[in-house]
Amino acid sequence: MKLRIATLVLTVALAGCGGDAAPAAGPGAVTVFAAASLTESFTTLGRQFEAAHRGATVRFNFAGSAALATQINQGAPADVFASAAPKNMAAVTEAGNAAGAPTTFVRNQLVIAVAEGNPERITGLSGLTGPGRKVALCAEQVPCGAAARTALNAAGLRLTPVTLEQDVKAALAKVKLGEVDAALVYRTDAAAAAADVDAVEFPESARATNDYPIVVLRHAANPAGAQAFVDYVRSAGGMRVLTGAGFQRP
Amino acid sequence: MTTAPRRTGRVPIALLLPALGGLVFLVLPLAGLLWRTPWATLPQRLTAPDVVAALKLSLLTASLATLLCLILGVPLAWLLARVDFPGRRLARALITVPLVLPPVVGGIALLLALGRRGLLGGWLDSTFGVSLPFTTAGVVVAEAFVALPFLVISVEGALRGADTRYEEAAATLGASRWTTFTHVTLPLVAPGIAAGGVLCWARALGEFGATITFAGNYPGITQTMPLAVYQTMESGDLDGAVVLSLILLAVSVTILAALRDRWLAGP
Repeated sequence: MKLRIATLVLTVALAGCGGDAAPAAGPGAVTVFAAASLTESFTTLGRQFEAAHRGATVRFNFAGSAALATQINQGAPADVFASAAPKNMAAVTEAGNAAGAPTTFVRNQLVIAVAEGNPERITGLSGLTGPGRKVALCAEQVPCGAAARTALNAAGLRLTPVTLEQDVKAALAKVKLGEVDAALVYRTDAAAAAADVDAVEFPESARATNDYPIVVLRHAANPAGAQAFVDYVRSAGGMRVLTGAGFQRP
Repeated sequence: MTTAPRRTGRVPIALLLPALGGLVFLVLPLAGLLWRTPWATLPQRLTAPDVVAALKLSLLTASLATLLCLILGVPLAWLLARVDFPGRRLARALITVPLVLPPVVGGIALLLALGRRGLLGGWLDSTFGVSLPFTTAGVVVAEAFVALPFLVISVEGALRGADTRYEEAAATLGASRWTTFTHVTLPLVAPGIAAGGVLCWARALGEFGATITFAGNYPGITQTMPLAVYQTMESGDLDGAVVLSLILLAVSVTILAALRDRWLAGP
């Protein structure tokens, strides 16, 4: 008897996961794997999407784009993938896990995040290389790190950071804690943390913009809901949220 | 000299099945690692400079962390086992906290205590210009923080299990407490200390969360093997991450297997 109940519970749970039980009326449950730098704006978009579509629920998995790509290619159940770099999107499309071609929906630029009030008076990239200056960068393997490397090369600067963080949020956290004097992060992340950090713009960031592609995944349990969410992100309302957060239109 | 297990007829199937299930549950993921290992490119990957640097750093910091734990942990265990002082129960509870604390929380706590703006770290920085985050010393501190409880618990258990008559005899013969400790107590619990040291070293070697949070991640300075595994995985290089994991696994298993029969299989 107990076994039968367990089986029943398991069956129901599995059916829920598979999305077979999605109500015909709304887009149902949509699972979105999105880059860490999209955390704030996608959380807002998810809430708006749920409000606009009755019965819809959006679940997010925010992490570094490369980690998400690996998870998707290893069979993690996801409907939509939004990456912070074309390279990580390519890992998914080349493995045949995308349904259709990805589209670039926003761009992002780097800024120098410094402690509130900019106590070290940092005004540009060259201010990061002084003696005793502690700087956090993203690791070159993750998109914000690759962009930072491009920007530093564009400025002709050599910079030895004290740490190479695994995603942009971790780099920003080291500034918030006061453990480093500055970090190169996305403008959007600095804006989201405006209560604790100031953002210093620098001209070389224009030569290191990151394109964000989005795609519906081939093994999506809910392809219609996934498409509806992607359309919503790219709609005028979605773009308002994204540009409000500091992203640029492609 | 352990006695051979008694064999009393057939093993009940109700015990055997879950036991085998448990074994498979623990071994299967390791098999997954071996199954996915890119054997053809293994030699090049093993000798890559980053891998060698991370492994060297891991072995060095885990050993230094164990040394630090021995210096601090053995006296602490002795205090808990042999001296009755007020607040002993609370002290014992506090010591086990890092065992159950998520390592990332440990890393944040270390930052708030020893970071540049931390409770003690702020003073260290302004007075001596010493700052632990982003240094190899910081890695040792993070590893010691999570590994120390393993040592203290092992040694305290050994001290409680040890026969105190020898210590009393030494004391009646005029030995001071320090002489008794170094000449009687320490040799008596040496196997317990060794067992605790091995556990401590293995835990320090595998430490990830507190290290990346407190000490950061920079190749050659703070990037230990677990951090290198994570970074390789994050960069989408699954093969590379598997190879690094395999090395870590091989080192851990070799050490534990070599020492287990000798020290960890207590009475």
